[in-house]
Amino acid sequence: MIDMLETSINETASYYEIIISGEIDAGSSISLDNELEIAFQGEQHNILLNLEGLNYISSAGLGVFIARLEEISEKSINLVFYGLQENVKQVFALLGLEELLTIYNSKKEAIASLK
Amino acid sequence: MSPKLKIQLTFFLGLLSWLLFSFFDIYFILLQKYEMEETYVELVPQIFLSIFIISSLIYYRFIITKAESINFTDLLWRVFITGLVTTIISLGIRLVFNLYENTSFIKNPLTINFFYHLYIALVVIFLISTFVVWKRLILYQKSKQLIRWWNAFEYLLVGALIYDFLGFKYLTIPFNIPFAILGIFSLVLSFNLKWIAYLNFKQKWKSILFILLSGIYLYHFVLNLSLYSDTDALIYDLFDRVFILALFVFIMIYAVIAILVTLFNLPTSSVFEKKLQEAVDFQKLSQSVPAGQSESETYDILLDGSMSAVFADAAWLEVKSDGSSHIITRNIREDEIPAIKAAVKDASLRQILDVAYSGRMIQKKVYTSLSKGPFRSVFVLPILVKNTQVGTLVLLQEVSDAFNREMVNIITTFVNQASVSLENTRLIGEALENERYKEQLKIAKNVQRSLLPEKLPFNDKIEIAAYSMAADEVGGDYYDVITTNNEDYQLIVGDVSGKGTSAAFNMAQMKGIFHSLAKQDIPAEDFIIRTNDALSSCLEKSSFITASYLKIATATREIQFIRAGHCSTLYYHAKKGKAEFLKTKGMGLGIVRNSQYANYVHCNAVKYTAGDIILLYTDGIVEAMDITGKIYGEDGLSNALHHQINENAKDLSPEKIKDGIIEDLYAFLNGKKLEDDYTLLIVKLT
Repeated sequence: MIDMLETSINETASYYEIIISGEIDAGSSISLDNELEIAFQGEQHNILLNLEGLNYISSAGLGVFIARLEEISEKSINLVFYGLQENVKQVFALLGLEELLTIYNSKKEAIASLK
Repeated sequence: MSPKLKIQLTFFLGLLSWLLFSFFDIYFILLQKYEMEETYVELVPQIFLSIFIISSLIYYRFIITKAESINFTDLLWRVFITGLVTTIISLGIRLVFNLYENTSFIKNPLTINFFYHLYIALVVIFLISTFVVWKRLILYQKSKQLIRWWNAFEYLLVGALIYDFLGFKYLTIPFNIPFAILGIFSLVLSFNLKWIAYLNFKQKWKSILFILLSGIYLYHFVLNLSLYSDTDALIYDLFDRVFILALFVFIMIYAVIAILVTLFNLPTSSVFEKKLQEAVDFQKLSQSVPAGQSESETYDILLDGSMSAVFADAAWLEVKSDGSSHIITRNIREDEIPAIKAAVKDASLRQILDVAYSGRMIQKKVYTSLSKGPFRSVFVLPILVKNTQVGTLVLLQEVSDAFNREMVNIITTFVNQASVSLENTRLIGEALENERYKEQLKIAKNVQRSLLPEKLPFNDKIEIAAYSMAADEVGGDYYDVITTNNEDYQLIVGDVSGKGTSAAFNMAQMKGIFHSLAKQDIPAEDFIIRTNDALSSCLEKSSFITASYLKIATATREIQFIRAGHCSTLYYHAKKGKAEFLKTKGMGLGIVRNSQYANYVHCNAVKYTAGDIILLYTDGIVEAMDITGKIYGEDGLSNALHHQINENAKDLSPEKIKDGIIEDLYAFLNGKKLEDDYTLLIVKLT
């Protein structure tokens, strides 16, 4: 299976940003989970997820976020999503995830929410 | 003519020509004795002698087989035996001469010539048979050049046979010139001794013995012939023939050179034997796979082959598989191994010894000396399969510095071949295992099929048709319809996250929960909340299920519906003549696994009229993608439904709508394979 997912990290004083691009399917969801694990282990509790480049997310990919919902509230991690493409947004909405996750349109809004 | 007949024919021809040759010669003596005037041609007996020589040559060419590495000593044995028999007969003749030394009978030229002819037969038989054997040995692993030389030699010999008719006497110039030429040829040809290299130590000794004895016979024959020659009574002297003398010389030269070369090769024969054994072992290793040999047999061949290749005193082979380690030893006890391991100081060798080596085998130093213990040299090589170490081969020598670089190459080759063998054995095993899995999946597929309802309601209140297809052998889509009283119908369509086997198991759980809850008459919200509760305790953390749940009360013509994160239901209003997606809020099952979930459950209700159609489906349909990347989408589904309703307006059955939509979907996919499971459920209300 070709791993279509690409992630990179942008760390600043006020937040830890994971930039996700490509596709998240059953195979690549494992590397996404690893990225989240690293981020959640860190000191920075403001975690931004930049999904601007994400074209597709499968149910397995969504499972990665869902599996961490409890941890987010337990560790009071401020996990903020932004830049969702229309189809990704629909998937989140369909599942009811927008009611559980913090989702913004732009990075500006996302950063503003941290303060 | 069969070969057997040819052999018999040449034998009788030889016998007959010898008899005729002897008869004419003796007849000639009688003529001389009684001084009878008869026309006698001296050439006649010579012709018969030549025929005799040629027939014995052909005879022996038939019965002496080609030289092959296994029968060199057999060939020499034949020379030895022929020589022995002929020599014994000749000694018998000699004895007769010695017993009656001074009698007139013995001094009679007739008697001398008679025995001399018998003698000629013995000499010819011995010379010709030895000549054929020498030929076979010289031409072993022949080259074109060699064949040319040999053919020239044979032509010259035939030439000599004819030349002898001229009757030049021994040691005259016309005799010596052809004789010298043949001598040179014999010398040149005698340096073709490739067969000696293939003899092992014991065979070399045997060969030396046989050739030496054959040489003695030869000497004995020459001696006897010259004794006869000295009697002056001979009517015909074999020494006057270039052919016969050239054969003597050729056989003698080859015998001498062969003995010398074999002698000098004696000390190196063990090296050659070793190389040969290596080749054989190597072949065994490479053949161990097609022969379907087990891993342990491969290990045995590897261990024994490596030991003999480097003259190891002891060895062991440690193999790790499935976490357990298995040790095969030679000349060493298993409890001695830890001490040897501990004595190795080199870090990388220690790593290999612990079967913890990873990565490609880089040519490093793989042998070292030990300062204490019974073994002073140790040789360590990892056995790698797919770059993972599966075992270690350890060879031990009692003397220090016993291993060298050349040995590393040999053993590495051995180990590599063994690795290939092992890899193949494992691959075959895996292929079998895969076959078994496929069988199991087939069973799972059948089981899963049986989880879906066999019969769907079809009556004057409600008609339902369904289609479900999994992308893999088993899928995660689920649908079901339950009625407890033929008035109220509970419908569910679910999609388990992920695909394949794990999704299929969750789907089975879903069915259990649905059936147990559906039979208790509880409100729709409670149904979903309790389903979420039940699933929360059995689903994996990262798994979730989306579902649409419908409760249809035919008595009151009311539908309650809850969307639990599932695709929006498509609802066709017969009155409006239009279909729309019921976009409502709702959250998937197993996402929020506590009492909070109740906050996210939204139950909606609609009244229906006759002819309304409900279309439930899973995301595999709306996310279906054609080869260009275009998505079927909600629009595609909605359009297909409208199209089907318009097409079949007169006789609208859910079965027809279902078939029409699926056909449309497949036309859209245009041969592209399914990527997800699809399910389509069509409900027509009346």
